Amino acid sequence: MSEVKEKEPSLRELDAIVIRFAGDSGDGMQLTGTQFTNTSAVLGNDISTFPDFPAEIRAPAGTMAGVSGFQVMFSREDILTPGDAPQVLVAMNPAALKKNLPDLERGGFIIVNTDSFNRQNLRKADYDDNPLEDDSLKGYRVYKVPLTSLNREALKDVEGLTTKEKDRSQNLFALGITFWIFDRPLEMTLEWIEKKFAGKPAVIEANQKALRMGYYFGENTEIFRQRFRISPADLPAGTYRKLTGNEATALGLVTAAVKMGKPLFYGSYPITPASDILHFLAKLRHFDVRTFQAEDEIAAMGSVIGAAFGGALAVTGTSGPGIALKSEAMNLAVVLELPMVIIDVQRGGPSTGLPTKTEQADLLQVLFGRNGESPMPVVAPQSPTDCFDLAIEAVRLAIRGMTPVIFLSEGYLANSSEPWRIIDPDDIPAIDVHHPAPRYGTNGKEPFLPYQRDPVTLARPWAIPGTAGLEYRVGGLSKAPLTGNVSYDPYDHEKMVKDRAEKVARLADIIPEQEVFGPEKAELLVLSWGGTYGAARSAVRRAQKDGKSVAHTHLRYLNPFPANLEEILSRYDQILVPELNKGQMAFLLQGTFAIDVLSYPKLHARPFRINEILAKINEVLD
Amino acid sequence: MTTIDLETPTLTRKDFVSDQEVRWCPGCGDYSILAQMQKVLPDLGIRRENIVFISGIGCSSRFPYYMNTYGIHSIHGRAPTLATGLAISNPDLSIWVITGDGDGLSIGGNHLIHAIRRNANINIILFNNRVYGLTKGQFSPTSRQGMRTKSSPMGSIEQPLEPLSLALSAGATFVARTIDTNPNHLGETLTRAAAHKGTSLVEVYQNCLIFNPQEWTDYHNRQTRDDHMLFLEDGQPMVFGVNQDQGIIVRDLQPEIVKLGNGISEDDLLVHDATSESPTLAYILSRLRHPAVMGVLREVEGPTYAEGLMHQVAEAKAKKGQSDLLSLYQESDLWEVK
Repeated sequence: MSEVKEKEPSLRELDAIVIRFAGDSGDGMQLTGTQFTNTSAVLGNDISTFPDFPAEIRAPAGTMAGVSGFQVMFSREDILTPGDAPQVLVAMNPAALKKNLPDLERGGFIIVNTDSFNRQNLRKADYDDNPLEDDSLKGYRVYKVPLTSLNREALKDVEGLTTKEKDRSQNLFALGITFWIFDRPLEMTLEWIEKKFAGKPAVIEANQKALRMGYYFGENTEIFRQRFRISPADLPAGTYRKLTGNEATALGLVTAAVKMGKPLFYGSYPITPASDILHFLAKLRHFDVRTFQAEDEIAAMGSVIGAAFGGALAVTGTSGPGIALKSEAMNLAVVLELPMVIIDVQRGGPSTGLPTKTEQADLLQVLFGRNGESPMPVVAPQSPTDCFDLAIEAVRLAIRGMTPVIFLSEGYLANSSEPWRIIDPDDIPAIDVHHPAPRYGTNGKEPFLPYQRDPVTLARPWAIPGTAGLEYRVGGLSKAPLTGNVSYDPYDHEKMVKDRAEKVARLADIIPEQEVFGPEKAELLVLSWGGTYGAARSAVRRAQKDGKSVAHTHLRYLNPFPANLEEILSRYDQILVPELNKGQMAFLLQGTFAIDVLSYPKLHARPFRINEILAKINEVLD
Repeated sequence: MTTIDLETPTLTRKDFVSDQEVRWCPGCGDYSILAQMQKVLPDLGIRRENIVFISGIGCSSRFPYYMNTYGIHSIHGRAPTLATGLAISNPDLSIWVITGDGDGLSIGGNHLIHAIRRNANINIILFNNRVYGLTKGQFSPTSRQGMRTKSSPMGSIEQPLEPLSLALSAGATFVARTIDTNPNHLGETLTRAAAHKGTSLVEVYQNCLIFNPQEWTDYHNRQTRDDHMLFLEDGQPMVFGVNQDQGIIVRDLQPEIVKLGNGISEDDLLVHDATSESPTLAYILSRLRHPAVMGVLREVEGPTYAEGLMHQVAEAKAKKGQSDLLSLYQESDLWEVK
């Protein structure tokens, strides 16, 4: 390869760029995207990622069903979403190109592996003609790279691996090319390869070589005329790491357990997209984390009730179909009045739905999907790292109210990642837990009253087995106040129903006030919840820059609502609620406050784009 | 099993009687089980505050309300799941699951199997009256084929489950059977179950006077009961019968009832060994109907679920040192922003 180049490619400074890596499920695209992200994060860019993979573990190779994608936005500015449309698409095969092309920005870059554009793969992607040879890609800058053959050539001296095994490195060859185009160093990924494949020297050699050769290919050939550089972002000073929503949730739970001085019991049944929380926690036995993989969703919920009765920090995690199965036991938890956290990482529904895709359509299910009057507090994280803070907050609410609390996450938040400034755990306040003390020699005297409520919080005492003199029985039957004894008395029933509702409502006393981003009064208020935060905030920011009369408020506490929410809603002419369902929050607000709300539903089982919400704001205001 | 505490205060039957009025039908077999439970608990050397009763739904499941211990009357079929969670969060408790043939084998069958295979440290007492009582008389998973009920007016066409066979297939470490009308045997069996470390499953033949009053007549009647039940004793040959003149042998893996005499002596009979490593004999015994085999069929040692888990906790702590949140947060690629 020539050392002398006629012309250095130009290096352009950009504020932000969005890349999507796409290929077959077996092509290692999640790994490629993750490595690109990690390196960018360490370089100081703000990052936000969006993995998008099929539910099938290995769909037939080369088919549209098997396409796996990983989108990352990296920026010199504070960003809140993984970006609307990619500007760069790395497509490892025709199906990946076909599936992702509609999302690509007009004029964007496409890097394709031409070796995979053979007749068989074209047919699998339903291409009649080779798109690389006709006009289909007009308007894009296409870089045709014979990745497979280049990679084989690069690795020809690596011994001890078959051609098929060598081909597994071609994603790293592609990564090397993108590292060159975006001016990223190789060191982190080289080190990672060494750790990941420790004990397999041939695999290490192949992967490291593929990465380097990809980089040199970019450097030495002249097909890439343009390079880009994105300077570090202006993030607050500190030590950072990358966190996905599920990792942040798990870290938050362990932190809460330590802050309570309790073991963490996590009873769960594997389900996409919540399983990673179980995987993460299962590695933390040294924190006295007691994970329990139950035989089914119902058993997981039952085990959590048992653990809460026993005095542990009890948590379960699932997705919508699991919540459906858990509902009866969740209701038991409501009437036993025991503290616990129930995580619902929402996915596309109904029924089995879209296991790996995101949606916000379980809101009304978690609020109302149980028989009888069954109030349950609900919190919803707004970003991957917010899962950490809100998981701790969910525990705090559960302890204060002696109640199960729903932590309503989303597949999008669960798998997406962003930088997290590591906090000092000592700065997190302790979570006070009070168990009533043993009472000796009480036979014949005043009995212990398991449902004697705290006058302020209305919580009942958390008496735990092993405590002498407090032996008490609880159950799912209707109860008398104070004693908790079975009672069919109509007034006892009414009082207990009202007390439980009031107890949940009083959590609003410790919930922070709802805040508004933008003017106190305006023509439009955009109200979002959950993972819609990033797109909604970014869209409102842009609209405000355009001089529009619009403000944004984002709900993290969905039940009870913050005490000042109604007053806020009354100040705006119109309220727009974008959400990934058919209008459940809009329905809830209308029902709760008897106000008009403009619902903006999206039912693609994908997160909102900034431009979609911006267009809607403009449409409403014009 | 919990650690025996020598300083346990002296308790009496009365200490285990709650202030709730017992509301089973007059003559129900549940009264006898409750009475025996309250009688044996004071002698187990377990502090009252360390005892928890957890039930599901059904007549039997009212049981915890009547015990002056900790207790949960949970939801249909799920008691083993609550018990397992409790045993993991607090391995020092003596946890009892009270269930029935409907609760434990129908709606809760799955949980029963898994609690047993995990060897969670719980005692499961299954009241088997072979009928649904609380829902007023439908056939249950243990009802005889042909049993006529409101929901099977032409006779049940279902094959009944044998609870002990099921438990043994799931790898049970303790399996026993007793009957409500034999209080001594009932009490002894409960005591042995309590002493067992791991899951113990005790099937109690229990009479429902209202919806299935004929089911156990032959087992209650003084004239016939010894022909219908064989009471196992460790190391003893399996002899039964009103005249103690019948026994059990196994030929070609099939159990046979033989009459003693005519060249057959007690030495030819099966000798009971509940501690046998292989569950095969216990399984064969569990399927006998005439006579039904009473007593402890199987009692072997094995680590409990919580022991396994807490061993991992200790191992991880020894290996990774004291848990430190900040180090945990930092277990990743890090970068500094100045």
